[in-house]
Amino acid sequence: MSAELQRPERVTIILHSGDMDKVYSALIVGSGALAMGMEASIYFTFWGLQRLKKSGLEKGPLSKMNFLGLGKWMVRQRMKKANVATLERLMRDFKELGGKVIACEMTMEIMGIRREDLREDWIDAYGAVGTYIQEARGSQITLFI
Amino acid sequence: MAEILVDCRGETCPVPLVETRKAIRQAQPGDVIVVVGTHPASREEIPMAVRALGLELLSVEGTDTDWTIRIRR
Repeated sequence: MSAELQRPERVTIILHSGDMDKVYSALIVGSGALAMGMEASIYFTFWGLQRLKKSGLEKGPLSKMNFLGLGKWMVRQRMKKANVATLERLMRDFKELGGKVIACEMTMEIMGIRREDLREDWIDAYGAVGTYIQEARGSQITLFI
Repeated sequence: MAEILVDCRGETCPVPLVETRKAIRQAQPGDVIVVVGTHPASREEIPMAVRALGLELLSVEGTDTDWTIRIRR
């Protein structure tokens, strides 16, 4: 058996969207995978990278029916009632269980985002497409969100 | 051998699964992890995770909305 096959199974997610509901999807799938014994990485790119800015994680709009924030507010109330974890908590758990966060360097360049603008304590690596492909080629699951 | 209690009552996806995993990581081999919860899907999914991790599922008791799962690390 090759060394590659002996590695734990892996999930690799590209988070392109910065919408709140999609950030939830990425972090829930990622931490679910970790909880079930897989490795997990999330590549934050484009609008997704905005969520890695300092105090930016919870700032995304709803992907549908945002209605200038009113829809998001209503969904948040429902989530609170259903006791859904905050994105902050999901990120903390994701990191605690060994999840990897990769920030897209090209997006940083395009959008003029510096490392010190980001939650550097969450970020494991700054990467480009090659990093993603290298991770994804050995992954059992890869998602574009 | 210690017994570790994970109280996930009132918590929803993915918290019961994640909290169970955190407890398993902190447990010593031979320790028993007791998870109590009320989230229906987690009653099915925690045993799936236990099998995937190669651990021993001791018991699953109770209803969909009020259950106790025992795991040996």
